[in-house]
Amino acid sequence: MNFWVYLINGISLGSVYAIIALGYTMVYGIAKMLNFAHGDVIMIGCYIVFLTMTRYGLHPVLSVLLSILFCTLLGITIEKIAYKPLRRALPLAVLITAIGVSYFLQNMALLVFGADTKSFSNVITVPGITLADGALKISGTTIVTVVACIIIMALLLLFINKTKAGQAMLAVSEDKDAAQLMGVNVNATISLTFAIGSGLAAIAGVLFCSAYPTLTPYTGSMPGIKAFTAAVFGGIGSIPGAFIGGILLGIIEILGRAYISSQLSDAIVFAVLIVVLLVKPTGILGKKMHEKV
Amino acid sequence: MRKCNKFISAVVASAMVLAMAGCGGSNETAPSQAAQSSQQEAQSSQAADNSGAANDGAATGGQFVIGGIGPMTGGAALYGLAAMHGAEIAVKEINANGGINGVQIVFLPEDDQHDAEKSVNAYNSLKDQGMQILMGCVTTTPCVAVADKTAVDGMFQITPSASSTDVIENDNVFQVCFTDPNQGVASAQYIADKKLATKIGIIYDSSDVYSSGIEATFVKQAETLGLEIVADEAFTADSKTDFSTQLQKCQSAGAELVFLPFYYTEASIVLTQANGMGYAPIFFGVDGMDGILGVENFDTKLAEGVYLLTPFAADATDAATVSFVKAYQDTYNETPIQFAADAYDAIYIIKAAIEQTGVTPDQSVEEIGNALKGVMPTLSVDGLTGAGMTWDASGAVSKAPMAVIIKDGAYASVQ
Repeated sequence: MNFWVYLINGISLGSVYAIIALGYTMVYGIAKMLNFAHGDVIMIGCYIVFLTMTRYGLHPVLSVLLSILFCTLLGITIEKIAYKPLRRALPLAVLITAIGVSYFLQNMALLVFGADTKSFSNVITVPGITLADGALKISGTTIVTVVACIIIMALLLLFINKTKAGQAMLAVSEDKDAAQLMGVNVNATISLTFAIGSGLAAIAGVLFCSAYPTLTPYTGSMPGIKAFTAAVFGGIGSIPGAFIGGILLGIIEILGRAYISSQLSDAIVFAVLIVVLLVKPTGILGKKMHEKV
Repeated sequence: MRKCNKFISAVVASAMVLAMAGCGGSNETAPSQAAQSSQQEAQSSQAADNSGAANDGAATGGQFVIGGIGPMTGGAALYGLAAMHGAEIAVKEINANGGINGVQIVFLPEDDQHDAEKSVNAYNSLKDQGMQILMGCVTTTPCVAVADKTAVDGMFQITPSASSTDVIENDNVFQVCFTDPNQGVASAQYIADKKLATKIGIIYDSSDVYSSGIEATFVKQAETLGLEIVADEAFTADSKTDFSTQLQKCQSAGAELVFLPFYYTEASIVLTQANGMGYAPIFFGVDGMDGILGVENFDTKLAEGVYLLTPFAADATDAATVSFVKAYQDTYNETPIQFAADAYDAIYIIKAAIEQTGVTPDQSVEEIGNALKGVMPTLSVDGLTGAGMTWDASGAVSKAPMAVIIKDGAYASVQ
């Protein structure tokens, strides 16, 4: 019975990683850059929800929408100021800039919101499910996170494959110069990618903080790194890969902690990652180039 | 390029871990600036008065001069001010009751701003003013620096609240508070004495010296006391958001009490997740848990019934605490915190040691120091922060542990 409890905990943690990984993989797939500030956009999103809900008493749905809007604008701004001037620079320069943006956001949050811990109230009021005479509980937060993750994944795939803007993204990811020659506005497309990625970060933030309710300026950094790992695990650039990678990472982490050692859970996760990458260097779903967006 | 990315991600990961580790340590310093500046003026005028008295005293040789060092301005001012206030109340009481063996005491507080260098300067300045015994420092880092100076001078030093084991490496330094690892011993002792539970689960941060040190001594002591550790689970700085597995293991193993020797930020997640899974053991924290009620928007109902090891509860009903709290509130308009009680006890410990040895103010600093440090292991002092305090030659205190329980969203002493 314990095994099932651990498995559900793993899926619960994994679904949070997955939803963050979707944003990572989307930006990487199209702009070909690792946006290390993604985790910190999540943190900012959480603070927006926290402040609007507890200080100004807004309805949870309204404050989540506000947070998505704010993060979308933040994502576009970051892209315009920090990444766009480096469009022709080495990928390494952009990577370092992303790290800089990440620290900038953390320190801004430290300055604006303070270093003290805030307790995030759960915005999800969906009731949980109890199975097997109460021995097995699936919380409403887990259900909402998994469902949200699947819906977002489906919408993203539809958007990319069926809409004109999505097709433009695919084209940019294949070959920026060729896409430009064919009349695609590369800058606008990349901005749109960042807007969507950052909007997703806000949603991920709300779900993450609902599941793990403390909020500090460093809240986003570790989940960000783990979700990045999940994205690499599943095949970075692949949207279903991010989902599978996130869920697997969560399950491995929890089962490793439960059955092998609670101290070594991270070591186990990364050992599995190394093995997967040795066997399949592109990650679990990395091979299917046509799905790579 | 992929290789490069991986390398950089590893670097970033470790950098972020470091950054997070750094922020863990900053828990200790959160003073109120407004209170600070007004206190500061009061302090400096008081210090001026006292130093005048001290010069007279040193000249006539008729008074014991006790120096106090602690942060009275800056980030840790809250602690230093409380300690100096507590000590001053003790000095006032003793002098009103005829002093120590008929000799009056002069207490000289000095500010070190929680800085090792300034602390050594403060020490030198106090020596110039005729200090014979040092009550300080309040915080650990300055205390380690000053302890090296007092060892050279052979001066007797007692710290109210510097809790690291580094502080008492020299044989002339004694502590009023428990050393960090001794909190583990004290917690186990308390749980066994009060028969809170027999099946214990532990969750601790294996990447943090403070937490893993307490865990190690707790486990050792629990075994000798016959407490059964049914689950001993770790987490690290990299995975401190999800505690469901650790809690699940404690629950499956039938733990009636879960020991949480780490800071309140993580503890608040543990409490939330335990509540979510319907697991309600007794939770027992150490001094890192202090502050959980101050987390903004935290649902204090979750912390209801949580125990935490702390030497002093201002609402305790014993006569000594009641009179101390009243005197403190009358003089300083505040409710005393544990640092005030620690320093108050430190002065009474000095009094007990002097009475035992019969040293007189005309003896040299070194003579007094040697006599006092020799008699410390034979003393037993009842104080606000523990009854029957005794010391071993190393300087670490041994006393009955005390805990408070969280009741109706506030700290309350255990009845």
